[in-house]
Amino acid sequence: MKNFKSINTIKLLAILFVSSIMFVSCSSDDDDHDDHDHEEELITTVTYKLTNGTDIVTIEFKDIDGDGSALPTYSISGPLTANTTYTGAIELLNETEDPAEDITEEVEEEGDEHEFFITSSISDIVITKTDVDEDGNPIGIESSLVTGDASTGTLTIILKHEPTKPNDGTSAGAGGSTDVEVTFDIEVQ
Amino acid sequence: MGLVLTISGLSFGQNCSYIFLGELKDFHDGTAIESATIYVKQQDTYLVSDLDGKFKIENLCSDTLTLTISHIGCETKTLSYLINNDMSKTIYLEHHLEELSEVVLNSSLKTEDTSIEKSIHKSVIENFSDKSLGDALNTISGVSSLNTGNTIVKPMIHGLHSSRLLIINNNVRQFDQDWGDEHAPNIDINSSNRIEVIKGANTLRYGSDAIGGLILIKPKKYMITDSLFGNSIVSLNSNGRGGLINTEIVKTYKSGFYSKLQASYKQFGDFKAPDYYLTNSGLSNLNASLNFGFNSFEKGFDAYYSVVHNDLAILTSSHIGNVNDLVTAINSKVPRIAEDFSYDIDYPKQDILHHLAKIEAYNRFKGLGKLTLQYDLQINRRKEFDLRRGDLADTPVIDLRLFTNTFQPNLRIDYFNNLKIDTGIVLRYQQNDAISGTGVRALIPDYEKYDGGIYAIGNYKTSHLAEISAGVRYDYTNINTDGRNDSADWQESYNNISANVSYLQPLKHETSLLFSYGLASRVPNPSELFSDGLHHGAARIEIGALELNKEIAHKFIVSLERHNEQFGFSVSPYYNYINDYIQLIPVGITTTVRGAFPIWEYNQVNAQIFGVDIDVNKKISKRFDYKGSISLLKGDNKTDDIALIHMPSTNFFNSISYKNEDLNQLTIRLNHKTVLQQKRYPDYNFYTYNATLQEDVYVDISSTPSSYALFSLNSSIEFKAFNKGKLQLEFNIENLFNTSYRDYLNRLRYYADELGRNFNLKIKINY
Repeated sequence: MKNFKSINTIKLLAILFVSSIMFVSCSSDDDDHDDHDHEEELITTVTYKLTNGTDIVTIEFKDIDGDGSALPTYSISGPLTANTTYTGAIELLNETEDPAEDITEEVEEEGDEHEFFITSSISDIVITKTDVDEDGNPIGIESSLVTGDASTGTLTIILKHEPTKPNDGTSAGAGGSTDVEVTFDIEVQ
Repeated sequence: MGLVLTISGLSFGQNCSYIFLGELKDFHDGTAIESATIYVKQQDTYLVSDLDGKFKIENLCSDTLTLTISHIGCETKTLSYLINNDMSKTIYLEHHLEELSEVVLNSSLKTEDTSIEKSIHKSVIENFSDKSLGDALNTISGVSSLNTGNTIVKPMIHGLHSSRLLIINNNVRQFDQDWGDEHAPNIDINSSNRIEVIKGANTLRYGSDAIGGLILIKPKKYMITDSLFGNSIVSLNSNGRGGLINTEIVKTYKSGFYSKLQASYKQFGDFKAPDYYLTNSGLSNLNASLNFGFNSFEKGFDAYYSVVHNDLAILTSSHIGNVNDLVTAINSKVPRIAEDFSYDIDYPKQDILHHLAKIEAYNRFKGLGKLTLQYDLQINRRKEFDLRRGDLADTPVIDLRLFTNTFQPNLRIDYFNNLKIDTGIVLRYQQNDAISGTGVRALIPDYEKYDGGIYAIGNYKTSHLAEISAGVRYDYTNINTDGRNDSADWQESYNNISANVSYLQPLKHETSLLFSYGLASRVPNPSELFSDGLHHGAARIEIGALELNKEIAHKFIVSLERHNEQFGFSVSPYYNYINDYIQLIPVGITTTVRGAFPIWEYNQVNAQIFGVDIDVNKKISKRFDYKGSISLLKGDNKTDDIALIHMPSTNFFNSISYKNEDLNQLTIRLNHKTVLQQKRYPDYNFYTYNATLQEDVYVDISSTPSSYALFSLNSSIEFKAFNKGKLQLEFNIENLFNTSYRDYLNRLRYYADELGRNFNLKIKINY
């Protein structure tokens, strides 16, 4: 190696430079210019369907662009009937996928890591979770809602990820991180 | 460059018993030059200068004495003296300064004489061997860090961080997606020998965008001799119940070839604050570096490769879903989750792999200078995992691969006696690839970036040892992207001009005065341009702006310095005015499925940052030393007449050390550090509706934590272990009084306290 010449070094550099350019060009094989990821985890739609025979009230939150600039819509199909017991079912959808992905199934599968908290500002509305996870703790996908006298107020649905289970029944006491928090104006008549 | 010097005198007849005493010193800094070869023509003998640069020629006759002195890194010098008596001469050799610093270990040299810089040496680096680059740099006045927990530490110079600092690792500009506040540099400090912080915007060779300053990470250069040596460090810690093993082996040859292999492994479990464990705060880290090359005066090459793999857990409690979770965290004094100790690294976490390879070659041309060609490439793969549902639980939310390669020839013209010119070009191509399959819209889109730069820097020494350096640089940058899922392709070009002027004036009593002005421009980084989405942990939506202009900074620094062991100091006031400073500020509220979120957008304002760094060292007695420093800083948003966010508050540092060389180099040092509460901050607090409480709650994200003071103790002792080997034992205690505190510059300050007390034992073996 005594006859080491700087010209060799320059050649070596040139080869390295060229080969790296080739490397770059080759590596663009796994470039993914077209297959952009869409939001697979996004919850675009939260539906709370309350059923008592033919009296069906659907409460729905929809935000198709997720965190984007378009404002979400809140809709409620009609007022709740006073002094009635409804069977409630929550459905979470990702409607950016075609067909829409049912996220409720994921929540159900990981029931021990999730819990819904449904509360109302109307004090005589009583909501009870009727389903349980593998440990016998409530999940809240299914519930019963009992209305009292006519009134107006709000209804809030919160989904916690990794809450303390069992807990004191409040979202604050359960901790965890919040995956869903939507509030609707409701009317009982 | 030959030099013939004749000293004439009167001849007193033949007498052959005169003695000539010579002392060889470096022309630039007066240090002794050892191992130089001295050829005595009249006697046809060769001598070698000793450790102090001295040599002695006896039995000289009254005659002309001609000496030819040669030394590595110096031009051979021929001198003649007329001998008529015993004579003692100091001979200065014109060393190529850069070569000297590369070949001979000399810790007092700076990268540029005229730059305002501070450095940390191997011994300090070894103190931080199981910590990060940012932790080690934190010991320097004017340098702080922006942290995410205790393992993700971003260095900050004079209040500026991320893309506003250049990190030069082994002469390669580090590109590891430094645009993110929670993206720490992926550098193993154990592979470096010396780290320098240049506080000014000079040293244009490395880039035009050093608005805050530069961090130079330098490897060791080796003597040209046949040798095989190495060292190993084992470090054990009580806090985190982990530690580090680092080993390096170096082989050098007389011919000039050298090679070095270094590897380190670090593992920690959950760290502990004084009152609780920080659940999911451990890390695992594996690094290796390989270096080989050939070094001679005329030519040489250096090849370097390093790989860094970081697996960093992020405090579970910092994963929050919405603003109400944030309010709960802020109001609660303890983290949401504080479990028993565990070594597990769960989600959320970061998994980062960084490759860096470089080849550099130089050749010296007579009568011109030195031409260096360097090519480097880096691949950075960053995966960030979050808490996710279902099949996506083990899929990262962020998966980005950044490829960067650079070719940079540099010509150093050192033909002139007092003038040195560096000129060169930089060609760089960078490609970001947002790897598909994450199931979320990529935070940063695929983009390509082309950079071309050209620069010239001159350094002139006046006859009075004053030095002036000036440089100018032009950069062209083009960024193009194929856009987001839903937006159009985008591309933009930027033209940057940067310049600097520095002046060094030596004064009496070993003091010197330095002045530096730097003009730097920075192109907006990918996050400032492209961000669009929810930032977990910060509970806000961050939106980039494609129309951002470049930032232009003017930084002035003056420094009065005295380098002396008995009593030394440096006082460095600075002023930095930044036009179109890019910042992230809250602009409104939006509603999502997780509730209301504040929207933060990037905008540009005019800003100024000014302050002063003061360092003092004083020898109290033979064995006691004092060191102290204080940093004051004020950052203003001039456009809105408010304070800038995340500016370091006043902090000061004191240390008293005892060293007894007669007692196995026993060293005991007590350190103190105080960080005062930052009273100047922008108020971005807001109200949010809490659906459970049915009322608006106050979200205090702006208030700053209280002042705190920390004490630590270091002690070390050395033993001669075997023939050539040395064993050093170190025992250290950090946070001596187990103080609970939070720091304004830690992004996880809402969630948990900083670390509690730590006992550390280090065993170092040199062989």
